[in-house]
Amino acid sequence: MGFKVIKNNRTVKLKDMAEMPLDTLRHRIISSCLKGRRLIGFFAGPHEKLYVMLADDAGSTILTACAPLNSIKHYRSLTPDLPQAHMFEREFYEETGIEPIGHPWLKGVRFPEDRPDLNSTMESYKFFKMEGEEVHEVAVGPVHAGIIEPGHFRFMCHGERVYHLEIQLGYQHRGVEGLFAKHGNKLMPHLAESITGDTVIGHAQAYCGVIEALSGTLVTRRAHAIRGAALELERAAMHTGDLSAICGDVAYLIGNSVFGANRTTIINTSMLLTGSRFGRGLLKPGGVVSDINAETAAKVKKNISAAYENIRIMAHEMFSASSVLSRIQQTGVLQKQTVMEAGVIGFAARASGVALDSRADHPYGIYNYMPIHKHTMDSGDVFARSYLRFLEIQQSVELVKELMDNLPPGAIWKEPAALEPDSFSVSMAEGWRGAIVHAAITDKKGSICRYKIKDPSFNNWYGLALSLRNEGISDFPVINKSFNLSYCGNDL
Amino acid sequence: MTTITANILFILIMPFLFIGVINRVKSFWAGRQGPSVIQPFFDFFRLLKKGVVLSRATTALFYWAPIAAFIAVLAAAFIAPMAGGRSILAFQGDMIVFIYLLGAAKFVNIASAMETGSSFEGMGAAREAAFTSLIEPAFFIIMGASAAASGVMDFSGIRAMAANHEASGVLAAVLCGSALFIMLLTEGSRVPVDDPNTHLELTMIHEVMVLDNSGPDLALINYSSALKMFVIASVMANFLIPAGLNPALAGALFAAVILLSAVIAGCVESLMARLRMSHVPQFVFFTVSIAIVAFSIVLLKMSGGLK
Repeated sequence: MGFKVIKNNRTVKLKDMAEMPLDTLRHRIISSCLKGRRLIGFFAGPHEKLYVMLADDAGSTILTACAPLNSIKHYRSLTPDLPQAHMFEREFYEETGIEPIGHPWLKGVRFPEDRPDLNSTMESYKFFKMEGEEVHEVAVGPVHAGIIEPGHFRFMCHGERVYHLEIQLGYQHRGVEGLFAKHGNKLMPHLAESITGDTVIGHAQAYCGVIEALSGTLVTRRAHAIRGAALELERAAMHTGDLSAICGDVAYLIGNSVFGANRTTIINTSMLLTGSRFGRGLLKPGGVVSDINAETAAKVKKNISAAYENIRIMAHEMFSASSVLSRIQQTGVLQKQTVMEAGVIGFAARASGVALDSRADHPYGIYNYMPIHKHTMDSGDVFARSYLRFLEIQQSVELVKELMDNLPPGAIWKEPAALEPDSFSVSMAEGWRGAIVHAAITDKKGSICRYKIKDPSFNNWYGLALSLRNEGISDFPVINKSFNLSYCGNDL
Repeated sequence: MTTITANILFILIMPFLFIGVINRVKSFWAGRQGPSVIQPFFDFFRLLKKGVVLSRATTALFYWAPIAAFIAVLAAAFIAPMAGGRSILAFQGDMIVFIYLLGAAKFVNIASAMETGSSFEGMGAAREAAFTSLIEPAFFIIMGASAAASGVMDFSGIRAMAANHEASGVLAAVLCGSALFIMLLTEGSRVPVDDPNTHLELTMIHEVMVLDNSGPDLALINYSSALKMFVIASVMANFLIPAGLNPALAGALFAAVILLSAVIAGCVESLMARLRMSHVPQFVFFTVSIAIVAFSIVLLKMSGGLK
């Protein structure tokens, strides 16, 4: 194979990394992905090298390799042979200026200020155009009605029908990866929590995974259980909130209200654990900050059981209301084939029948002890993505209840040791959208010199664009909401 | 004279209550306490106090359109039959003037939306024109049924349809009433045709056409739209209220039917999702089918086919 094979949340010494010429690596990535592996990392790092990570979901392993870049100017693009690489190569080109020859669409991803090619700007970018008498373009954003993040959507339409949607992001770029590297010897779980405000626990878990792997810290099982409960609460809360918003977008008022109210119950339950409704300040490298006593555990169980009961009744009403079904069935269909080619992940992939879930495929933390059933649906439409969310709410609620009943004894935190120098570490955590990947490389003093983040939104935005083809433009809001992707998770 | 003044006051005040009741019903289903039923009244005066922002792309048409549309709808309201079947202005053929006044109001709204040059407003205008034009044939068939049953070509003929309390006449009147209820939802841009609450431009029909209007203009537009719903509801109520009641009872019943239609509109809005945009024409055209059935019943009865 030629790759260095590691597990989730493990470290490899830089000198032990598999190193090969870029052309060989390109060939190996493609042949490996043909066997079902997925690209999860492709970025330039220290020592002028390209670092690559592939996930082998069947074997629960992560394949890593690197290739020297030695001031090359271009290489042969992977994308024509491996469409799922297209975002990674666009990002790589934008950050390094090394051109993937043959890439069909080298549009900038987030236009950072330190990009090598300052001539390529958001303003000068030429959008796709469609011409014809009856064709019209509708542009939405970057400033939207309602309280959402900035992103620009350009629809090429024929009447009400959308031929193509082009999405322009990057307005939220804050340089998060750079901040981690700049303060490489500090522990910054709070920065990880702010990568995307709706996946606080997910990103904090991935960050802690990387740091704990680099410092060789063994987290207690009690801390793992508390982290797991917080992650599942976050999943249940976000899915419930999105069901509410999906109902709102099809003007199903009662679903909008009931799911909305119960989402509040769930995030208020998160507050019992952490003091923050969004779970901020709970996780830190080495464990968790606050413990759960028996009384809190009972309260958590009581709250989420009550919320779940309401959600169950409302979901039953929603998924049997013909007016709702007529809006969400066969709307925004993402075929299984498209999902696999475009590299869509998370619940959006599961809704199209692709069973990817890093809790089961690359178990970490408490999921080493709790097997996860991967729910899937086949139709890949808004209905599938909505119903799957309901199934996952049910699963998360059951998991939290089980964890509250069986909290293992022990300490909740242990001081992490210093980070291993000259090492590479990777951590995957299943946030509610899908697998979050964090990777870190340390220098010879044991300080982080490169930090790489991949939010599932990075993979899935293009999936959203594809699912809009041939749909009515007025169905865009509900299709968009069924994915509910993160802007700042993509823009970093 | 006092009757006319009372009638005008009634016409001017009821639209506020109509919207107020819909919103109150919606908040009931949402489990909220909800705003008071006279909140739309306060909203109207709040908007009146504000300034107007006019886009540089627009001309005098955009400026005058809300006023013109309001006058057209108000004139239609004076023609429409109120309690006891009486209207302020009644004349032969008034029903035709009525529907074209509503049409004229729509025309200026669409023209003013197109004038902003925004792709959203053009899209909304196209949708509004396409969907509401399907309502017009239904209205004419309904009025044809009423004219055939009564022999008079004005709104006063409505009450002749079910005058003898015969089953067939009552059935035809109820069918006409239900077709008019769908017309009310369509013309008023309510669920399941449109969603008055959404903030998503891409799914809007009526709301997106008025994105550029502000202050007093917006107040007038909102008021005209409520007035239009109330006016259609009053035509509908005339189909449903039996003739020959004493005036006080008829008046009370009239107000009750109108508020009840607001309650039903609120329930529809809370308990069902709106239609997919491509299914809206089918739903709107359904009114034509209902109207044809009502018309056929009237014709059969006249020809002696129904005993």
